[in-house]
Amino acid sequence: MSNTTTTSIKAQNKSASSSLLKKNIRKFLNNKLAVFGLIVVVFMTLACIAGAIFQVDYATPNLTSMKAAPDSAHWFGTDTIGRDLYARVLFGGCYSILIGVFCAVLSSVIGAVLGAIAGYFGGKVDAVIVRISEVFQAFPQLVLVMMLVAILNKRGLGNLLFIFVVTGWMTTFRMVRNEFMSLKGETYVKVCEAFGMKRSNIMFNQILPNVMSPIIVSTTTNVAFFILQEASLSFIGLGVADSTPTWGNILNAAKSVSVVTNQWWIWVFPGLAISLFVLAINFLGDGLRDVLDPKQQ
Amino acid sequence: MNEKREVIFKIENLKTWFPITKGAFKKVVGHVKAVDDVSLEVYRGETLGIVGESGCGKSTFGKTIMMLEKATGGKVLFNYGGEFKDVTKFNKDEMFQFRRKVQMVFQDPYSALNPQKKIYTSFEEPLKVHGVKNQADREAVMQKVLKMVNIQPDYLMRYPHEFSGGQRQRLCIARALEVMPEVLICDEPVSALDVSIQAQVLNLMKDIQKEMNLTYLFIAHDLSVVQYMSDRIVVMYLGKIVEIADSRALYDEPLHPYTKALLSAIPVPDIHKTKKRQILEGEVPSPIHKPSGCAFHNRCPNCMEICKTVDPAMVHHGAEGHMVACHLYTQNEKQG
Amino acid sequence: MDTKEIILDVKNLNTTFVSDRKEVRIVKNVSFQVKRGTALAVVGESGCGKSVTMNSIMRFLGKNAKIEADSIQYNALRDGKVTEYHLEQIKNPNGPEMRALRGPDMSMVFQDPMSSLNPVYKVGDQVAEGLIQHTGMKKKEAREKVLEMFRKLGIPDPEERIDCYPHQFSGGMKQRVVIAIAMICNPELIICDEPTTALDVTIQAQIMELLKDLQVKEGKSIVLITHNMGLVAEMADEVCVMYMGRVVEFGSLEDVFDRTSHPYTKALLRSVPVLGLADGQKLETIPGSTPNPANLKPGCEFADRCPECTAACREKDIPTFEISPGHRVRCLKYKNFPEVE
Repeated sequence: MSNTTTTSIKAQNKSASSSLLKKNIRKFLNNKLAVFGLIVVVFMTLACIAGAIFQVDYATPNLTSMKAAPDSAHWFGTDTIGRDLYARVLFGGCYSILIGVFCAVLSSVIGAVLGAIAGYFGGKVDAVIVRISEVFQAFPQLVLVMMLVAILNKRGLGNLLFIFVVTGWMTTFRMVRNEFMSLKGETYVKVCEAFGMKRSNIMFNQILPNVMSPIIVSTTTNVAFFILQEASLSFIGLGVADSTPTWGNILNAAKSVSVVTNQWWIWVFPGLAISLFVLAINFLGDGLRDVLDPKQQ
Repeated sequence: MNEKREVIFKIENLKTWFPITKGAFKKVVGHVKAVDDVSLEVYRGETLGIVGESGCGKSTFGKTIMMLEKATGGKVLFNYGGEFKDVTKFNKDEMFQFRRKVQMVFQDPYSALNPQKKIYTSFEEPLKVHGVKNQADREAVMQKVLKMVNIQPDYLMRYPHEFSGGQRQRLCIARALEVMPEVLICDEPVSALDVSIQAQVLNLMKDIQKEMNLTYLFIAHDLSVVQYMSDRIVVMYLGKIVEIADSRALYDEPLHPYTKALLSAIPVPDIHKTKKRQILEGEVPSPIHKPSGCAFHNRCPNCMEICKTVDPAMVHHGAEGHMVACHLYTQNEKQG
Repeated sequence: MDTKEIILDVKNLNTTFVSDRKEVRIVKNVSFQVKRGTALAVVGESGCGKSVTMNSIMRFLGKNAKIEADSIQYNALRDGKVTEYHLEQIKNPNGPEMRALRGPDMSMVFQDPMSSLNPVYKVGDQVAEGLIQHTGMKKKEAREKVLEMFRKLGIPDPEERIDCYPHQFSGGMKQRVVIAIAMICNPELIICDEPTTALDVTIQAQIMELLKDLQVKEGKSIVLITHNMGLVAEMADEVCVMYMGRVVEFGSLEDVFDRTSHPYTKALLRSVPVLGLADGQKLETIPGSTPNPANLKPGCEFADRCPECTAACREKDIPTFEISPGHRVRCLKYKNFPEVE
């Protein structure tokens, strides 16, 4: 008898259990702008993925209809060598979003781990990691990209991913480090130490969940940041190879003044895609911040 | 009281100093002597109150015994079945075992429970760490400690923010009891609570002590709370012990001028007791630049020449177990 | 009693906070008077509305607070003549009427001396500011006045200390500076919101001595907000006990301590550890915890924790009964006594 009651504190009291998640979802749904952002982000991502799955033809030049204005055959028109812009924007979206998400997530992970270690241990460990992060911060991204291109003698997706991650983890690192610095003084951390828990357990199981919300928020906004970075690098021709379309790469075609003035669709549509996606991501990030981080309100 | 009482903690010349560093090379330019040469014995089953003003090192003292702060010098001897082992020399494994013997309740119940975790998780983790593998066993322990602090088991499924301060402090006490410790160090356990709740928690702690034969180290700034809880009281001033006495004796005949001032400074909720107030001049000096000689001499109403240069040693005076560090009594001793 | 004797007269003060579209009434029908030249202690636990009451009178609350009152009357006595101010009629909480009163007439000392002072200005300048603002005094004259005030408040070496920054002061000294700021324009009414809670007992004794001196020697009226019954016994002439936003007992010091009438006041007095308790004597506890002000049951707020609770206690709001002149209790035990507003 006693055994059946004791084993089921969890099951027995499901009804009394309260959920932060439900409350947070409700709070999020109340924020109209954030919901709009989420819908736009999801819709655009799905559209791009659908485009990639159905293998829309983005690469074949159609010399008969170069620089064609938007019509029923080519919704967004065609570019300078007659490739369908609609297909290119969809496919480019896949790459752009991939670059944004991959780099944001990976740099957040690196930043969070290093930040946790530096913040929790402090002292010499902290000093060393902070110095390293300062070294990385001192390099202009542009110079790094050029260096890598020079060394590898080619432009590629890998280059960009590598550079973005290597130069992008510092903001998350600083934030996580500062949070850890203050949270390690919290009483519940002392309680865990008093119970003799392992340091890794305290760092990643106890403190990290309390830093998760700012990390999530900064990761979202970083996605937008990296997409913009990629766009500007590709625009000046240092980004991914020309054969791979990204939103920035498509814009690259609109570098000449004659294109900008005469063929507005070549730059308007990819530009619009970038702006809309980045805006939506930022709305989403703001909404998440409101939900997850009550201090910011 | 002549019966031999078993000593559970023997603290010898304990020092906890924090270095003050300056410049890029972290040159040590001085020390904050938070705990400076403290020796005392704690008996099994008693409540030893430690009282003093902010900055007197009482919290650091508790944390050092708990080994949450590194001791700069001295010994902390813990009684392992008659054999005393020095806790400051423990390796990782021994320290882990020591954590089951001595637990701590902290001042701020609002941050003592991880806000991101359900109480259940916060309660389960220490047990998991200390090798209770079976969930049923863990829950049996949880049931037991919750019963001691009068909290319904269904509260476990909630988050800390749903509880009041008093409930949280009770939960914290329950969690500390999970590993069945012998000593509980209580660092200002009620100072963050409402006055109407304090009595609840204090009485609860007294009941638990009887039930489990616990030894309490009760650290607080409020002398009336300490006096209510403790059998013996240690008064600290600027990192040093100035007086140790039985709780009753400390109230009836305080010896050290600081203790006297402390007692007279406490407002009494009784309008008919008109007492002579002795108000101390000045403030507690910084522990970085301690006055020479007796640390209290620049505020002391009975300051003598010798106090300014010579640090008084602890001497017995009056009733058994009543010790004081003050030249007023060392002088007498020499004369007599 | 005429307006010469009463300095502050509050009738039916209600303060409601709006949060998350919910309205929570924190202060409910609070009425009390402060007699000129005396000290009134407002006692209660955290969340009982004692600070909110005083902040409502001073109009220090944010936009989400709604303050309603039948009357908040402040009677200033200047050169033997009484001027009445009806604070509840002042619309703008930061308008010129309100600002003219704060400082020269009524001022406030806050709980935390560490955050009451601006760290980037010299303390002397912070104290002088009120003087310059309200009297248009020259900086040099103001400095003399500040020095005088520092001397009066027992700040050592005032000539040097006046040019120090707050971080160079200890907690007790900072609180003296905060009191100096409150005192510099020579107000009649000083509201002290837990002035010593952040300080050590020996420093608390110093500050309390200082406040008592101001009241006795200079005839200031003091409102002391505190949760410490010991301080009340030492400082106050009259006591106002609050629980969950209501005044549950109001009376002279003797009324409240010797003829304690409300069960909450009784419990509060008996549940606090006192020095020199006999061995083995146990503290009484108040069962349960303070209810959430957002969802209160009808009737007496203390009913669930009260040992003398009856069914009638839970029916409707409890009126206040006057059990002896000036001693008012909000409890149905005294329903045979005359009801007062």
